[in-house]
This record gives sequence, structure tokens and C-alpha cells, in this order.
Amino acid sequence: MKIIDVFEEIYWSLSANKVRSFLTVLGIVIGIGSVIAMVAVGQGASSNIQTSIQSAGSNLVTVSPGAPRGAGTQVSAGRGSAQTLTQADADAIKSSVTLAKATSPETTKRYQVTAKGLNTNTSIIGTVADYLNVHNVQIGEGAFINSQNVESLNKVAVLGPSTRDDLFGVGGTAVGQTIKINKIEFKVIGVTVAKGGSGFNNPDDTIYVPISTAQHFLAGGTFITSIGIEAVDANSMDSLKQEITNLLLERHKISDATLADFSVLTQADILASASTITNTLTYLLASIAGISLLVGGIGIMNMMLTTVTERTREIGLRKAIGADKSDISMQFLLEAVTLTFTGGVLGVVLGWLLSLAVTKFAGIAGQVSFSAVGLAFGVSALIGIVFGYYPARRAARLNPIDALRYE
Amino acid sequence: MIEVKNIIKNYHTGDVDFQALKGVTFTIKDGEYVAIMGPSGSGKSTLMHILGALDTSSSGTYLLDGKDVSKLSEEELAKIRKEKIGFVFQSFNLLPRTSVIRNVALPLLYAGVPKVEREKIAKESLIKAGMDEEHFNHLSNQLSGGQMQRVAIARALVNNPSLILADEPTGNLDTQTGEVVLGTFKQLNEKGHTILLITHEHDVAMHANRIIYIRDGLVLKDEAVKH
Ligand SMILES: Nc1ncnc2c1ncn2[C@@H]1O[C@H](COP(=O)(O)OP(=O)(O)OP(=O)(O)O)[C@@H](O)[C@H]1O
Ligand SMILES: [Mg+2]
Repeated sequence: MKIIDVFEEIYWSLSANKVRSFLTVLGIVIGIGSVIAMVAVGQGASSNIQTSIQSAGSNLVTVSPGAPRGAGTQVSAGRGSAQTLTQADADAIKSSVTLAKATSPETTKRYQVTAKGLNTNTSIIGTVADYLNVHNVQIGEGAFINSQNVESLNKVAVLGPSTRDDLFGVGGTAVGQTIKINKIEFKVIGVTVAKGGSGFNNPDDTIYVPISTAQHFLAGGTFITSIGIEAVDANSMDSLKQEITNLLLERHKISDATLADFSVLTQADILASASTITNTLTYLLASIAGISLLVGGIGIMNMMLTTVTERTREIGLRKAIGADKSDISMQFLLEAVTLTFTGGVLGVVLGWLLSLAVTKFAGIAGQVSFSAVGLAFGVSALIGIVFGYYPARRAARLNPIDALRYE
Repeated sequence: MIEVKNIIKNYHTGDVDFQALKGVTFTIKDGEYVAIMGPSGSGKSTLMHILGALDTSSSGTYLLDGKDVSKLSEEELAKIRKEKIGFVFQSFNLLPRTSVIRNVALPLLYAGVPKVEREKIAKESLIKAGMDEEHFNHLSNQLSGGQMQRVAIARALVNNPSLILADEPTGNLDTQTGEVVLGTFKQLNEKGHTILLITHEHDVAMHANRIIYIRDGLVLKDEAVKH
């Protein structure tokens, strides 16, 4: 039997049993498509979180009040709630830490904000001019807080673009207007450029005010919630971290570093703990996808096995009119390969389209990974071939009459 | 040349053993035209399947052209079925949801005949079996019983086998179409093909040169037909 004839037989056999072929392919498509899409979303979400952490500032070291409690602490709710960092600590870092290029003490708290009847609840960051350098923030309209504002406790505010949209309408004019933060009037002097981001620490949904103003009129007291420090270069991160730690230990009169009442974290530390979270997310999605692959596989299995009776008769007939075992094996193996391959290709396309859709509508840049494609393809090809080919091989061993009588 | 000696066929159904053939012996020479008759359940189809190398006997010997069929390998059996034997099943056994033409051409596929020739030979064979051309492209499950029977016959003839085994080939046919089929068998027999057919009708059996009567798994009578 020629190979071209085998393929013609496969073509006829698949088109004579359209529903069966369709359902088999569908099982494979769903299995492969979901694995690829889920893994793509998981990895996309991971890299999303990582880039947003990196965009918070390059070479950034963050000092927070409260004891370091191991990985995960830095994103826990307790961060910043202890009142152990003061303005004096920040000033000391600024004046005596040599590797610090820019220092930005911050005091952050959420307040109700109103402007001409519109209102929102957002985080108010009291900070200094260096904030722009430390956190890679750019000013879009007007100006940012300057040292003059800080010295004279000016009631001026710089809005994030999302906050501006909330208070003055999308793209509305904010500079020169007045807003009320916690019922105190502030004059808007600038709007920052959108950075993109979401969730609790959205840099676009924020109001910046001079730190002195925040301490005096809003928070009361000189405590600060964090200090951002930009290192002179990427290589000095660890020494900078050490320098700051030593300085603060000395200032806080703590001799045992494990008892420190503050924590010093580099971007790398934050990334590390975030990636444990995103890995969990990826595993979760991958296991959901694994389940759909399994369900798809069971679908294929079911399809193949329910047709065994009919196919066994067909094999008996083919043998009765002269087919030998190798003809039968070849036909059924290639048929299973054709089905799984078609399903596999369509599944990859589906998974890819799904991750594109997620990228477009959910803002997560889906990343189709080769290992997910390979794994999904491999598993369904295995299922398809085993369950398509194995019963056929068994039937091909029967003598024609037994196969024709099979039920 | 078919030589069967003491063929026994046992079926195991559940825990009861049933002996469908109880020691059948006869010889059929090349070019003979033989009818097998006998009551329903007497073992005719069972015997025919063994002769067609589709099933194996429980004991006894079957020599086809001098070769002991029970000792042949899978591949050799497939080769015999492909090259020597044309089999018409009592229950037709057509490929479902498949056109008449493709059903008939199927044996040629395994015989390695090129595609263009396959279709031509299949059509000729269908005409020999008394099939109207308008049904050639119908699907096998859109046919009447008689049409299916003719397709099954056409398929058995298509690879020009030297031995034609037909299990009640005219059972579903009216007298006129039956005559077409029997005429074809006659012509083939005159060209030297050996023909063995099972029938319940005496008129049909009278077309053959010899009738073997089977009853309860044994040969009851084996006689030449006087024309
Ligand atoms: N696969 C089988 N398993 C068990 N018993 C069987 C099997 N095939 C046939 N038999 C039995 O063997 C006997 C002979 O069957 P066979 O089909 O050869 O009869 P037959 O002579 O062709 O009858 P008919 O004229 O009705 O076609 C029957 O009694 C039948 O029940
Ligand atoms: Mg019968």
C-alpha cells in the first residue's frame, strides 16, 4: 500500500466520521489551548509585577520602619505602621551616607480629597524634590515640589494623572486649581506623567505634597513611613544597604542587627519576594490548565474507545479483503497522528489568540512559552496516539472473522 | 485446489461448547463450480470462512493449492486473501458511510493498483455484478439490501480472484438480477475461476456442476449436477 493511498484512506475515513473527528480534535484543541493560554497569562502577570517593581526606580533602596521579618514582610500590611523612622534619620542619611545619590523621605497616608464637588480617596505622599529621581517619576504639567515648598510648609500638591482624572475629569485642567485634602486647601502646582500600574501602589493614583506640610498639617509629628534612596550606581547597592543599616543601628542605639526596628530593602529583595508570589500564581494557573488538559485527554480517550467496536469491524473487513497488519497499523497510526497534529496546531493558535486577548483586555502581557507548547503538544499527542493506535493494533491481531463479529 | 480433511470447528460461548463443524472432508479441483446447500445453522458459513482463510478450524487440515493454511503466517494469509480469494459475505460487510465505488475499489488499494485504474476496474466489476451506474456514488448505507449484495459481489470480483466464495449471493435479489449475477459467475467459471456458493434455492444450485449438502456440521451428500 502506497503512502499516498494511506493518506487518502485517512482523509475519507475522517470525513466519513465528521463528528467523531471533530470531537477528537476539539478535545485536543481545548487541552492544548488552555495550557498555553494559562501559562502565558501566569508568566505575563509575573513579568508585569516585576517590571512594575523595577519601574519604581532603578538602584532604589527603601528603608521602612518596623523589624524585618523575612521574605514577604516588605509587602505585608504592617509595613510603615511602626513609628520608628523620623525626619532626623532621613536627614542623617542624606548628609552622611556617601553612596546615596538622592534621598527621599516619604510619609504616606490615605485621605479623602475633594475638588469642586468631585471627591476621591487616595494616598497622599509627603515628600521632597528628590522623589522624582529616586522613583523615576516625571512631571507632565506644571512643576514638582521644590525645596522652597518644603522649607516654607507650602500647601501645594502635585497630582498623579489618575487622581487628576478623578478630581477634574479625564484630561481636565488641574494646575492652578484648589483641592481639599482632609478639609485643608491645597493649590495644585503640577501633574505627573502616567507610569502605568494598578492595585494599591498605583503611582498614577497619588497626590504628592511637601513632606513638611504633610507632617505638620496632616499626620502631625515627624515620623515618616519610608525613605527611598537612590544608589550612585547598580554595583553599590549592597554597600549602600550596609552603610544605611550601620548608620541607623547607631542612631537607634541598637547593637544587634537582628533586633533592628527598621528594614532596608533593595529592589532585588522586593523582586525576590514578589517572584515567590508570582511563581505560586503561575503554578496555580498551570495546574488549572493541567486539569483542562486532562479533561481534554479523557474526551479524546472516550471518543477513541467508543468507536473501537465500529473500528474493529472495519479492521476485520479490511483484513478480509487483503490488508495485512502493517497496512492497518500504518493507517490507524497516521490517522491518530493527523488528528492530534491538527488539534495541536489549532490548540496552539487558540492558546496564542487567548493570550493576545488577555493582553489586550486585561493589560497583562501574555507570554506564550515554548515549554508550555511542547508539554501540551506532547501530552495530547501521546493520548491521541495511544488511544487511537492501541485499540487498532489490538484489533489488527484478531483474525478477520473475530474482528468482524466484535462487539 | 481445495482439500479439506476432517475439519472440526468448536465455538465456546460462555461455558457451553458448540461444535459447528464435526469433521468435514472433501476436495474441490480448480475450475469447479460448486454449490453448498443445507438447512440454516448447519455450518455452511462457518465452513466458508475457513475456506476463505478468514477463520481457523479447531482441528483437521485445509490444503489450498497444496499449502497447509493453518500453518501459514499472518502475512501469508493476508497475501492469499488479497491475491487468490474473493469473498461475498452473507451480511455484506460494506464499509459504512463510504461510496459504492470506494467500497468496491478497496481490495485494489491493498493490492497496490494505481488510483486511476482502481476506479475503472471497480466500475467494470459493478457492472458485472448487475449494479446500475446511477448508484455508483451512493453511500453504502443508502442502498437497498439487494444493492448492497451486488456491491459485495462486485468487491469480491474486483481483484480477479481464482477462487470465489459467495455466501448466499442471490439471497436478496429478484430473479432477474439474480440471473445477472449467476451469469457472471458462469462466465468467470468458464474462464477457469473456481466458484463456491452457498444457497438455499435449488434453482440457484442447479447452475453449479456439483452440490455438497451439509447438515449438522457434516457432509450429508456430495453429488454432480446433471444438466
Ligand atoms: N461466533 C459464533 N459463536 C458461537 N456459535 C456460532 C458462532 N458462529 C456460528 N455459530 C453457530 O454455529 C452454527 C453454524 O452457523 P453458520 O453461520 O455456519 O450457519 P449457516 O449454515 O451459515 O446458517 P444460515 O443458512 O442461517 O446462514 C450455528 O448453530 C451458529 O449458532
Ligand atoms: Mg450462513
